[in-house]
Amino acid sequence: MRKIAIIVTVVLGAILLWGTTDFPNWGDPHSPASQHLSNRYIKEAYQTTHVPNLVSAILADYRNFDTMLETSVVFVAGTAIFLILRLPLGPLARRRNLDSDPPKPLKTLARDPILEMACRLLFPPIQLFGFYVLCHGHYSPGGGFQAGVTLGASFIMLAIGFDLTSATTRLSENLFRRFMAWGVLLYAGVGVLCLLLGGPFLDYAALGAILPLGPEALRSQGILFVECGVTMTVGSVIFGIYTNLVSRGSHQDSL
Amino acid sequence: MQPEGHFIYWFFIALLMIGLYGAIGKDNLVKKLIGLSIFQTAIILFYVSAGFKKGGTIPILSPGHGPHTEPLVIDVDAIINPLPHVLMLTAIVVGVATMGVALAIIQRIYIEYGTVEESEILEKIAKS
Repeated sequence: MRKIAIIVTVVLGAILLWGTTDFPNWGDPHSPASQHLSNRYIKEAYQTTHVPNLVSAILADYRNFDTMLETSVVFVAGTAIFLILRLPLGPLARRRNLDSDPPKPLKTLARDPILEMACRLLFPPIQLFGFYVLCHGHYSPGGGFQAGVTLGASFIMLAIGFDLTSATTRLSENLFRRFMAWGVLLYAGVGVLCLLLGGPFLDYAALGAILPLGPEALRSQGILFVECGVTMTVGSVIFGIYTNLVSRGSHQDSL
Repeated sequence: MQPEGHFIYWFFIALLMIGLYGAIGKDNLVKKLIGLSIFQTAIILFYVSAGFKKGGTIPILSPGHGPHTEPLVIDVDAIINPLPHVLMLTAIVVGVATMGVALAIIQRIYIEYGTVEESEILEKIAKS
């Protein structure tokens, strides 16, 4: 097996190396990837959306179908982890459980006051920073995905610094599973609202029927709405992945 | 073609092949997953590097505010390509989520078979 793997990687690597001879030089401003579409984005994105951060403008306006479905993928992955870890045991594991002794109780770690105090102090600034990244994503590097990961990480820190139960009492399983779904629903709901107001799906300019703003300002606001949905889904999925993996889906004891 | 403009691609190919070797040559499922993750990282780095322009700055414009602002002049060659950043931004988060699914599957396999070595799992499947 190892020999086959080495042969495959060496041959494929050689083919790829040969392929790079046609590549443009690194950092060439006239490489094919930097022509056509990307130049149009750079030139037009600010005029049409009034969002100086072009990455946010493209992510949540020009390519918002892509982002919506990526959010759905994250949601499906979060749901799949619940389902996989909570399936009933298979035949081999059941037989082994009958043969062996009852499982030993997990050793509980002593709580460390310094660690707990540090977590207590860090928790609010991390969350605040997460919301800042979400709200300021139009003007500086940031946006829904990064904010979601930051918020999820703050709860993971709580789960590591204290224990899993103190994190899941603050953000219970019921709540974050709902947040996962609400985030996607908020994103798709903005799209459907645009559709109902007479515009194309996810064209935020159609929101002008209910918000007294110009089309560019509306696109800027619409990006914020959908980024909120992305934050909800990503943050709760990140926390859900952690809590399920460390407790084998039971949320009872950790590590 | 200047070879120094291609060094970075060689680095990505080396990383890609390390990841591929880990994914197909290792017996341990967790090591396979680490290999896949390295593979993914190589592709993400490749995309981000494709968006780079020499002398370019980050794709965040700085329009002024107030009544006396000058009209925004956009020099396309001075702003790096934002499109690969958008694509990879979502790919990284989706990569984390799918890696979580993979770890969950490996955990189930471990609960069921008591091992994460592929050859031992195949033996146990053949026996049962």
